[in-house]
Amino acid sequence: MTTSSNGAPTQNTPTHDLRAEQDARMEQVMGRLLQVGVLLAASVVLAGGVLYLRAHTGERVSYRVFTARPIQVRHPAALVHGVATGDAVALIDLGILLLVATPVCRVIFAIVAFALERDRLYVAISVAVLAVLLFGLLRSH
Amino acid sequence: MPVLTFTSLIFVGSFAAGVLGALTGLGGGVVLIPLLTLGFHVDLRFAIGASLISVIATSSGAAAAYVREGYSNVRIGMFLEVATTVGAVFGAYLATRVPTRALAIVFGAVLLYSAWLSRGRSGSQTAVAENPWSDRLGMSGSYPDGCGGQATYKASRIRAGFATMFGAGTLSGLLGIGSGAVKVLAMDTIMRIPFKVSTTTSNFMIGVTATASAGIYLARGYIDAGLAFPVMLGVLAGSLAGAKLLTHCRVSLLRTIFAWVIVALGIEMIVNGWLGKV
Repeated sequence: MTTSSNGAPTQNTPTHDLRAEQDARMEQVMGRLLQVGVLLAASVVLAGGVLYLRAHTGERVSYRVFTARPIQVRHPAALVHGVATGDAVALIDLGILLLVATPVCRVIFAIVAFALERDRLYVAISVAVLAVLLFGLLRSH
Repeated sequence: MPVLTFTSLIFVGSFAAGVLGALTGLGGGVVLIPLLTLGFHVDLRFAIGASLISVIATSSGAAAAYVREGYSNVRIGMFLEVATTVGAVFGAYLATRVPTRALAIVFGAVLLYSAWLSRGRSGSQTAVAENPWSDRLGMSGSYPDGCGGQATYKASRIRAGFATMFGAGTLSGLLGIGSGAVKVLAMDTIMRIPFKVSTTTSNFMIGVTATASAGIYLARGYIDAGLAFPVMLGVLAGSLAGAKLLTHCRVSLLRTIFAWVIVALGIEMIVNGWLGKV
């Protein structure tokens, strides 16, 4: 058993082991969540990419000059409309948004998991991370 | 260049960048951005946007494998993500205001620094005083020690680590890279968290960090679908293949060669930025 600077036991106590076990399980689910999100996003992007190549065969392309191509995170309705009409770029954009949503879901899951462990400090820390993520995603226009 | 040829070449290049990034632990972005800008004459902003997307994909895609090994620490990761995400938003705002020439020079400097770090770590670790916040924040843990047991550890110098993580986040948001090298530096060298735990926890954090700046990149039009899709799929496939290779072969020689390639790319980026050719 090791002790911290103030002499309190910190290791191998029952609560410590339990918490470590809970954390390990949380990480398992998080890993799975991320994997599923990425697979889903990659599939949508791949489908969009195939459509894109079919729609633009024979054209020439250059990215030498920058022309902004904004994707509206706050107006997904336009994107869904584009996907419904078979627009390849809209489908790729949808896949990219799914990809971006994956880590956000991971943080939301962490908030729930820490709440179930009754760890208020880490609920607060996770909420802070989520707030920064949402600020970056939604308030950047 | 015709669309099909361009897309295929970008995919192959991104795949190679993903393999190298996984083998060396530096991530795909550091090779990808010079490849796109110097090799394919892609505008730096489009290159950064595509790279950022590939960084989110790679980090999330590799997470499941790392979790199985039981090395990463979800608390340390989450706590430090407060610093990296704030840094990433700040970095992404900076990126939209700094001229691309300056970005290229900063990127070159980061490449040179990454090459320096990848030489390998010096093994000597002097003891540092225990940090009371380490207990309050629950930032201790254990990991498989390779002999069937569990080794325990505790994070120290949390404030310095937190500050360095802000810097790592800023670089990530500014340049569209994962900046895993700086994250590992903060945890391994500064906070004295074991190397294995540092690298896997860093991987976990990279995706969330990159997501914080993604919104700004999306809104500013840095992410072009036609370029982002072969880059994202190529780097993702490459990094998964690289991670498989990693368990099968010795990579020390490759690492040395790669470090020199990074040095060359870094110098080229700095020179091009200086001459305004990026």
